[in-house]
Amino acid sequence: MIRFLVNRLLGMVVVLFLVCLFTFLIFFVLSPDPAVQICGKNCTPEAIDQIHANLGLDRPFWTQFGTFLSGLFVGRTYGTGANMIDCAAPCLGYSFQTSQSVTDMIVQRLPVSATVAIGAAVLWLLAGVAGGLISAVREGKFADRFIAGLTLTGMSIPNYVLALSLQFLLVVTLQWLPFPHAVSFMEEPGQWFANFLMPWIVLAIGAAAVYTRLTRANVIETLQENYVRTARAKGLSPGLIWRRHALRPALTPIVTIFGMDFAGLLGGALITETVFGLNGIGKLAADSITKNDQPVIMGVTLLAAFLVVVGNMVVDLLYTAIDPRVRVGSTA
Amino acid sequence: MTTTDTPLLRVRDLTVSFPTAQGPVDVVKSLDFDLPRGGALGIVGESGSGKSMTSLAIMGLLPKGATRTGSVEFAGTELTQLRERAMRSVRGDRIAMIFQDPLSSLNPYYTVGAQIIEAYRAHRGGVTRRQARAVAIEAMERVHINDAARRVDHYPHQFSGGMRQRVMIAMTLSMEPELIIADEPTTALDVTVQAQILDLLAEIRADTGAGLILITHDLAVVSEVTDHIVVMREGDLVEQGPAERIFTDPQEPYTRMLLDAVPRIDDEIGTLRTTTTEEAR
Amino acid sequence: MTFTPTELEVEGVTGGGPGSDPASASPPPSGRRLVRAFLRDRVAVACSVYVLIVILMAFTAPLLVKLSGWGPLEFDQSAVDPNLGGIPLGPAGGMGAEHWFGVEPGNGRDIFARIVYGARVSMTIALSATLLTSVLGVVFGLLAGYFGGRVDMVVSRVMEFLMAFPALIFMIAVLSALPAENRQLLLVVVISFFGWPYLARIVRGQTMSLKEREFVEAAKASGATSAQIIFKEILPNLASTIIVMTTLAVPGYVGTEAGLSFLGVGVVPPTPSWGQMIASSVPWYAVDPAYFLIPGAFLFLLVLSFTVLGDRIRKLAESGEVAA
Repeated sequence: MIRFLVNRLLGMVVVLFLVCLFTFLIFFVLSPDPAVQICGKNCTPEAIDQIHANLGLDRPFWTQFGTFLSGLFVGRTYGTGANMIDCAAPCLGYSFQTSQSVTDMIVQRLPVSATVAIGAAVLWLLAGVAGGLISAVREGKFADRFIAGLTLTGMSIPNYVLALSLQFLLVVTLQWLPFPHAVSFMEEPGQWFANFLMPWIVLAIGAAAVYTRLTRANVIETLQENYVRTARAKGLSPGLIWRRHALRPALTPIVTIFGMDFAGLLGGALITETVFGLNGIGKLAADSITKNDQPVIMGVTLLAAFLVVVGNMVVDLLYTAIDPRVRVGSTA
Repeated sequence: MTTTDTPLLRVRDLTVSFPTAQGPVDVVKSLDFDLPRGGALGIVGESGSGKSMTSLAIMGLLPKGATRTGSVEFAGTELTQLRERAMRSVRGDRIAMIFQDPLSSLNPYYTVGAQIIEAYRAHRGGVTRRQARAVAIEAMERVHINDAARRVDHYPHQFSGGMRQRVMIAMTLSMEPELIIADEPTTALDVTVQAQILDLLAEIRADTGAGLILITHDLAVVSEVTDHIVVMREGDLVEQGPAERIFTDPQEPYTRMLLDAVPRIDDEIGTLRTTTTEEAR
Repeated sequence: MTFTPTELEVEGVTGGGPGSDPASASPPPSGRRLVRAFLRDRVAVACSVYVLIVILMAFTAPLLVKLSGWGPLEFDQSAVDPNLGGIPLGPAGGMGAEHWFGVEPGNGRDIFARIVYGARVSMTIALSATLLTSVLGVVFGLLAGYFGGRVDMVVSRVMEFLMAFPALIFMIAVLSALPAENRQLLLVVVISFFGWPYLARIVRGQTMSLKEREFVEAAKASGATSAQIIFKEILPNLASTIIVMTTLAVPGYVGTEAGLSFLGVGVVPPTPSWGQMIASSVPWYAVDPAYFLIPGAFLFLLVLSFTVLGDRIRKLAESGEVAA
């Protein structure tokens, strides 16, 4: 068990390292010279060289990568002398365009992305599991087929089409919801809620469709298991059979997958945030791409990858904790 | 009203059919047999003969879509007329069932002890955890599982195949049923372990006086444990009679064919003794 | 993103057959019986019809455009009202005999032509990506599943690595940094690069369990080489899984291309793409909803049709195996 844990941990570290390396490499190769941007107009080649030296851009690739990596753990500084910029750990980079550390920018926007993620997650988990259970219990009947139709539709509609459609319908045409504009929860809870309602729904619909199908499949499969047959042969009440023998084995995998999806979502729902104008990490990424602010793009990419990898690891751990077959091991 | 010579189980004209694209198909056709109190009946047949369906039909556990007609009278009560709730109180309590694959028949998420006493706690209300645990340990000891007090908290995957089947048997014991139905209890086990399980079943019969229905395709298994044998083929009852008579003097060609397939210690080495398929038809 | 990894995986897991026994003991069902069952399923047929229409549209785009009279890149200033900021003249965004689907606000390009050529773009990219992904996925899945050991370790690590990547962000970043030449090829490559592990994972899992089956053992015992076993024994049994996964991958890639174009990093204007048209339609929604609804509907219906189709095929394959 411990060995398994250590293995997974090591694997996680390796993957993260490779992601860092790969991302850094790609951006190293592709990104335009930041010195040009910093230098501005009336630049001379000497000035550019100076900036290169200040920022360590003239160093070999591995040195730069090494500096970046160590910056993640202990922070780093950019430039020298009077213009020295301090980037505290974990330093994901520094945006010269906006004169902020990437980490700060992300942290500022984290609450919005988290709100989007949590609200959507609650919605989709409830809807997905409920829908899946109903479909499984009423397998083959009208409710099942109706829900199946809904899930197929929900899965198929691209979320920006859905987002725009909802926006157009509810805000522009019917005017049921006001136009989103940024408010804090304290000032105007109503508006705050209205701001997030549509993003929640848009994100939840797609995921709920998937979770409904997953739940349905799991429950149906579990109901066919032999141990359910044994439970019935023991004359147990249907309620007991459901709770102990059907739901627990069926829903456990779902809850674990949910952890992974949620972690991924925390990294920012790029399209949804952009369409609804929410100032979250996803929108940060989108804006940075438009403005070509490479450090920010890289920082966000790393963060998102980190969340996914950690989410994966947590899911694996949960599985081992929950499934006695893995947890305890055979002693026969 | 039950007297000692009323059969424990009386099955008359039992038919099970399934709807298919080509119309309803009978997997069990008009089965008639009796099981006396404390008796042991063997239902023998090849795969697809309908023997497992028979046991499920008795228990009222047929899969969705199946229809059951005929009469199943258990200790004087007509089971086919019982409402589901009443049937549930019969299942596990008065009739208990053991299945073929003990690994998949046990829930991997719960301890063995928890599953042994599940039925006990469900059927007998107001049982404390301590009492239930004691019952579980006792049941495990009765099926000769060593170190029961510790192993009651183990999970199914921590037991070997033979041990798991003992656990299944222990599950039935705690309720002291009047009838135990064992559907291919030894098929998934090694030969040596098979013998142990069969001995265990015989021992329990002797101790508790419970009736036993043993379902198998393996005639060798049946010869050990049962008094009475029913031979099935494709849903039909081909032949039935006392075990001894079936083995020494089978009437039907199909029965003879089944017997011929069993290796025996007094076989002549030489030509294969065969009954051709035509003869058995 | 319009498809999440979980989705493709879910469909694959439940579509690849329950548990660890993908192909039942019976041989794969007869192709003809499947086809007949398929034809009896009205919904599946309806979806196939729509898909075929779109494919046909894509194929015959130049011809259709000759028929309709306007090319996708031609501007028709007479169709928009310059005094009102370029709003199309006429009802429903300028629909009429001249422009069957109306025109784009502002520049007056014929929407029908752009839809038809956009179909070409969508289908080309999606189908190419699917093809590439399938080849890569099957090859690597087979290798990892069959040979196990080091090969498996390497391939699995690579798969894990690729799946951990926040693909969308990365794709956008890379695409925005690269020049505009060969954009369609680049899209196919980038999409496939991140897409193949999902198929490979399923193929690997099934190969691993198929490898243990008796017929493989028998083939080995009769002296078959690894290549023969892979091609003759394992691959045919994977056929239904591969078909299902491919059919389900296409809508995902259609959506991905549309999403990337929506964000401005996909197909380069003025080449039409449904996603890009949707993005352009946003400022005009209040006055010309048709400009949003037409590409939106086409896109939605295409993805829906493929998804439903994949679903139906999977059900057929499963029931075919069980009923034999």
